[in-house]
Amino acid sequence: MSSALEGMAGGATRSVKARMGRGAAWALLALLVIVTIFPFYWTLRTGLVSNASLFEGNQGKGVIERVLPDDPTAVNFRRVLGQATEAEILEATGRTNSASFNYLTALKNSVIIAGAIAVGQTVFSALAAYAFSRLQFKGRDALFFLYLTGMMIPPIFVLVPNLFLILGDFWFFDFTGESLNWIPGYESDGLFLLGTLPGVIAPFFFMTPFAVFFLRQFFLGINRSLEEAALIDGASHFRIFRSVILPIARPQMITLGILTYITAWNEFLWPLVTVGRFPEKQPLTVALGVFTTQQPGTQPDWSGLMSGTLLAALPVIIIFMIFGKRLVDSIQFSGIK
Amino acid sequence: MAAPVASAPRGKKLNLYGGWKAAWPFLLPSFIGFMLFFFIPTLRGIYLSFTDWNLLANRGDFVGVENYERLVDDPLFWNAVRVSAWYVFLNILSQTAFAILIAVAMDRLTKSSIIRSIIMLPYLIPNVVVALIFLWLLNSNLGIIADLFSWFGIESNYFAGPNAVIPTIAGVNTWRHMGYTALLIFAGLQTIPKSLYEAGALDGASEWQMMKRITIPLLRPVLALVLVITMIGSFQVFDTVQVATGGFGGRPGGPGDASRVIYVYIYELAFVRNEAGRSSAIAVVLLLTLMVITFFQLKLLRANESDLA
Repeated sequence: MSSALEGMAGGATRSVKARMGRGAAWALLALLVIVTIFPFYWTLRTGLVSNASLFEGNQGKGVIERVLPDDPTAVNFRRVLGQATEAEILEATGRTNSASFNYLTALKNSVIIAGAIAVGQTVFSALAAYAFSRLQFKGRDALFFLYLTGMMIPPIFVLVPNLFLILGDFWFFDFTGESLNWIPGYESDGLFLLGTLPGVIAPFFFMTPFAVFFLRQFFLGINRSLEEAALIDGASHFRIFRSVILPIARPQMITLGILTYITAWNEFLWPLVTVGRFPEKQPLTVALGVFTTQQPGTQPDWSGLMSGTLLAALPVIIIFMIFGKRLVDSIQFSGIK
Repeated sequence: MAAPVASAPRGKKLNLYGGWKAAWPFLLPSFIGFMLFFFIPTLRGIYLSFTDWNLLANRGDFVGVENYERLVDDPLFWNAVRVSAWYVFLNILSQTAFAILIAVAMDRLTKSSIIRSIIMLPYLIPNVVVALIFLWLLNSNLGIIADLFSWFGIESNYFAGPNAVIPTIAGVNTWRHMGYTALLIFAGLQTIPKSLYEAGALDGASEWQMMKRITIPLLRPVLALVLVITMIGSFQVFDTVQVATGGFGGRPGGPGDASRVIYVYIYELAFVRNEAGRSSAIAVVLLLTLMVITFFQLKLLRANESDLA
């Protein structure tokens, strides 16, 4: 064979190889999308059939035949939403009084907790970020550094001390017991904020080091010439914050608010400790977790459980569908969360 | 006329951005939150580790370093360290490897924001929900993924197997985090000039050579941060273990001691065994460990320098 032919053959192999490489990479991405979506689909599929069908339908069927729900029903979702009759519950679970959690109450609690945290944290962190990015005062950098070290503290480290605070024990200053009885209408149960929504909200309401850091980074990039003109005209810093910084930073603040909302929605450890024994005050994560530990080891109510699981994730999935692109773009901006 | 106008702002300028007088209203809410829920609790956590605090009685006495001395002889503590280390190792390895693969594939093929959004989705779902979904998918009788794996000859008890539970939880959390981690790396890849790859291709470099000589070295600052974040996050795994091993009559940290990671042990000591002092001592050890790891990792990987500069 001549060297010219060899060269041509080499070129052809290279392009075939490159095309195969691209094909393999596309296959990888397609597989990734399937792997990501399938568990959610399967949760939905399980919620749409009866427990009996889950147990019987298994034998002798392959994976493919099991992919579509046979004989779909909405009864499991209605059970979770508290809309099912006793007869339906008996038929679905084989028990008259099956353990359950109150989805709508838990949903309401989750919405209140996550909403309050998202709004409070974003607003107060933005105020702090303004001071750290725009004002000059003694010890500014030292204070900012101190805030940043807070990012390194694992949440479990402050779990017990924060629980003390929620119980009204401020270390050297104790609010527990009857010390608050002078407040009109306050009836001491000795628990202060334990078992209340404000108790769940409080530690995340005023700031997190990450939120201050995230917004400061963005504020630093905003051109100062606008504000300088306003300041010379005698505008106050609150005025500048409200009329110059907020309009420019609104998209970033909304993004941070959404991230904070989702983080608060997903929080498990802190609400478990503060409202784990107060069913009326549990957010969805804790209600679902407690509900799981109450399930029997044999023949649990899978279709009911999967309906509840999907409904617990649904609000996050909806937020994701509306704001997904914005959240992805924020990763490009902040680089790191 | 011109001179006074120009000098007035300059004279005022010192005050314009000035002083605590202007700053304190902006700082007050965050400062209260930081002091109440971060700073003072941290000091108090350290103080608790030197006491034998009883949460039920809400009292305790100063015991010096006794809690730390007991750690040395506590087999459950060393078990927790071992289990956590094994989990961290598995999780970092699989998560980072998959994330790099995905990020490089996306970088070459598509900037589609739909694909990027989809792969981020699992990261936004509550851990509790993810744990429950996988308890069902990996149920050894009825779970469809367990069934699928058995086609390939993989038989396991997953969450119920003493040897399988940690790799299973690592796998579940890899599923949850790899897309998000890939997006971080993808963002880093965008900063590498395409001209470098063109030059490499002209010189006849293979894909693998370009990966090794161009991509990985220039990605180092991002990789360093990703590793630090993954490692800190992995040491703090709790929700998944608590729900996946504690559900259906199981005991969190089970079967046996097989999944009692450090976070679960700290929680158990404080709230199940009512030994908040010992619990706090382990939390102090965890905090110091994370600080040392972060410091050395950033140092070793020289995270703040880029070869592009």
